[in-house]
Amino acid sequence: MSACISLSEPLPQAPAPEETSLALRLIELTQAGLPLLEDPWAWLGEQLDLSVESTLDLLKRLQAEGAIRRIAAVPNHYRLGYRHNGMTVWDVTDADMPRLGALLGAQPFVSHCYRRPRRPGWRYNLFAMVHGRSREEIDCYREHLRYLLGDACAAEDMLVSSRILKKTGLRLSPSLR
Amino acid sequence: MDDLDRRLINRLQLGLPLVRQPWQALAEELDSNSSDLLDRLHELLNDGVLTRFGPMFDIDRLGGAFTLAALAVPEPRFEAVAEQLADMPEVAHNYRREHAWNMWFVLACPSEQAISDTLLRIERLTGLVPLNLPKEETYHVGLYFPV
Repeated sequence: MSACISLSEPLPQAPAPEETSLALRLIELTQAGLPLLEDPWAWLGEQLDLSVESTLDLLKRLQAEGAIRRIAAVPNHYRLGYRHNGMTVWDVTDADMPRLGALLGAQPFVSHCYRRPRRPGWRYNLFAMVHGRSREEIDCYREHLRYLLGDACAAEDMLVSSRILKKTGLRLSPSLR
Repeated sequence: MDDLDRRLINRLQLGLPLVRQPWQALAEELDSNSSDLLDRLHELLNDGVLTRFGPMFDIDRLGGAFTLAALAVPEPRFEAVAEQLADMPEVAHNYRREHAWNMWFVLACPSEQAISDTLLRIERLTGLVPLNLPKEETYHVGLYFPV
């Protein structure tokens, strides 16, 4: 699978093996969340048997390498009123893909933006997920994306989610432990 | 939820600064104090406004394989197929979407081989051929829901 990086960033170095094993321990320690402490790095350092400074350095390195995106809050977007989401899908010319993918990904209302393969019976190669507080709002976002793509887009659709059938989040698979 | 809660939610979606005293840094930024921010964060998590606070890992970079796949499930069989997928640990999430391809799910497996095997198993189990759409390039990942 291709590395998960944004095109605007230089290709980061893959983490060294010992760093990966520390990162896996970090995942196990913080899967449920980072403890709400005044000094979270001191707590993490104790668990990992590292000094506070080494712990902070490790986190900075993992973030620079892309293994940690950020240490952040994940809102319950339904509770915040974002009840509508649409998976917009676009058939764009391959040559324009890098520019257009970056352009769609840069829109503040797009949460995920990926290139995916075309298949028999599936012509769309660019995916952008949009979220909003009403159906009208996500329709409006779709319209804006259509405008941004212009003639480079041959066909498009928006698949609106109507029900969550399963949501477990990503668990650490046994082979990675 | 008051104004400071909102500013805290918005700020924390962008990430805790990786500095020696992160909560004090945030308190200065938001014109508050660190113990108040931690109390509020605790409350927002308890209350379910926030689902999680912690490091967000890009598991791709640590190993593991993922794909987005879809099934076109005949309406009368929809619930039964949803249950079959719900029972599979490889299925991380699954959404109904209004389209001929009406079931969209993410597979998380230890390897590419395991992804192929799982897709084959789904095909045998359901008699439906999945549309396999692994990501080939990432242009953006980042949920941000300003409040």
